[in-house]
Amino acid sequence: MACAPRPASKVWTDMNVDQILQQFEATGAQTCFHGRHIEPQIYKDLNGSNWRLKDYIARGGYAALRKILGKEEGGSAEPMTQDQVIATVKDSVLRGRGGAGFPSGLKWSFMPRQFPGQKYLVCNSDEGEPGTCKDRDIMMYNPHIVIEGMIIAAYAMGITVGYNYIHGEIFQVYERFEEALQEARDAGLLGQNILGSHFSFQLHAAHGFGAYICGEETALLESLEGKKGQPRFKPPFPASFGLYGKPTTINNTETFAAVPWIIRNGGQAYLEIGKPNNGGTKIFSISGDVELPGNYEIPMGTPFAKLLELAGGVRKGRTLKAVIPGGSSSPVVPGAQMMELTMDYDSIAKAGSMLGSGAVIVMDDSRNMVESLLRLSYFYSHESCGQCTPCREGTGWMWRVVDRIWHGQGRPEDLDLLNSLADNIQGRTICALGDAAAMPVRAMIKHFRPEFEALIEQAAQRGAAHA
Amino acid sequence: MITEATRARFEREIAKYPADQKQSAVMACLSIVQQEQGWVSEESESVIAEVLGMPQIAVHEVTTFYNMYNQKPVGKFKLNVCTNLPCQLRDGNQALQHLAQKLGIQMGETTADGLFTLQQSECLGACADSPVMLVNDRHMCSFMSNDKLDQLVDGLRAAASK
Repeated sequence: MACAPRPASKVWTDMNVDQILQQFEATGAQTCFHGRHIEPQIYKDLNGSNWRLKDYIARGGYAALRKILGKEEGGSAEPMTQDQVIATVKDSVLRGRGGAGFPSGLKWSFMPRQFPGQKYLVCNSDEGEPGTCKDRDIMMYNPHIVIEGMIIAAYAMGITVGYNYIHGEIFQVYERFEEALQEARDAGLLGQNILGSHFSFQLHAAHGFGAYICGEETALLESLEGKKGQPRFKPPFPASFGLYGKPTTINNTETFAAVPWIIRNGGQAYLEIGKPNNGGTKIFSISGDVELPGNYEIPMGTPFAKLLELAGGVRKGRTLKAVIPGGSSSPVVPGAQMMELTMDYDSIAKAGSMLGSGAVIVMDDSRNMVESLLRLSYFYSHESCGQCTPCREGTGWMWRVVDRIWHGQGRPEDLDLLNSLADNIQGRTICALGDAAAMPVRAMIKHFRPEFEALIEQAAQRGAAHA
Repeated sequence: MITEATRARFEREIAKYPADQKQSAVMACLSIVQQEQGWVSEESESVIAEVLGMPQIAVHEVTTFYNMYNQKPVGKFKLNVCTNLPCQLRDGNQALQHLAQKLGIQMGETTADGLFTLQQSECLGACADSPVMLVNDRHMCSFMSNDKLDQLVDGLRAAASK
């Protein structure tokens, strides 16, 4: 024990456990308050300490709610009708920010508004797609924007009860969200007869506890019902058979967070910030080999090259090798091709990948793609819920094959085997986890086949030398 | 058996759901028990089953499905280091190895003094903060360089010995 005591060690011994742990909490300075967003709406003017209700109202918060309820300060405007709210969201071409990119206004119009029983609104904050960390910063530093968005959605669809299901690993965010909910209730913005209107909406927070699969919407519903999170077969879709078997609309956190701006400024204004068919701003979480990993809110359609520049470029002056553009489930795109793309649903789709959740995982030229795929394959195998045989067995099999290639025991037939396994998983399972596990395997082999072959060839030569 | 204070925490969760859907509170009740006792015992599952009016085996199904419930006792401090791809690219594995070396245990083990349990974890949802680590389920620690890991472990040791 030759180490000299750290100057700080005196301080640490004076602290209790909670105080010590606080020293290591994220501040958001690097990931959110870096001033390198472009025309931000959701992250605008945040600093980490201005998350409370009074601060949100000072930023124009809850004005959209007042507008739809006809309760604007000093105004005498009529309330907006449910149809008007939904039409505004449709005009904005806001598309689901969780990964699928489904038009939100259209989804809202599927809710059977005249259904006589209870209907539910659910926010999917189970942010566990590797690479994605945007909703965490929204809820931590601007929780009321999610609450306001949910209240507006509930109004538009005639829903009186909602839940926000939050990733269990970000427990501090769950606690913060509960605090914000209480602020909103105390101010008459949430609960019975909101702002003195006839509209009532109860909203509660729930949490997961470590299951990637619960980010799948029907698995999330099962979890919210107090069960293990195994996805349901669709149809029926949640709009007709959702939480407790009742009509339910589920949107991602960032989707709800986009709604107040749209109501205040109009659908057309939102659309114009992005590009046709890809309205508004989008938050991208950049991780991996960049100088400044973090969340960046930028208009849809911004060139990838610009986003990379905001994140300080590739780390240590290295060259861009590959990008996983939309969370670990989206197919990898070679760096040169990525540099030609813009960050929106349609551009990324044309390159054979997906914008997904907007999680951009950057890899530089020092990275071996077999090693990267190995970690992802392990992840999907670990997180398969076990319900469908192709996924339960296939994800583990793929992982073992990639593992032996990486460890110098690959066989010449292994790449065909991996593709065949992917074929037998993709499209043959209840939920998309099977597809999510298969797509990275296919894309990695397609774009970086020589790296796999080199390892297999080395294994063969070693085998021959030993024979 | 649970205390009145624990029961009150349960009731607060149960109140979020329809009266005939108390089972919805099982995730929260299990995490409350784990926070207070360090793990989820069969006895705790039995109590929760009774409070929520659900079969004990249905509670057990939940405990065993979700990664974060401790099915057996762990150290006073459970350290979960993320090593998923975004963290692998930014020293997540290095953090895990550093802790293993410092604590003298392998991943999945608990130190002999019962203070620390070290585990690898899947995506914690804080990818831009890598290396990241979760302490006792509820405290995320960001940008955990080897120096900061040392500070944290030394600090927790000192605090625990008081």
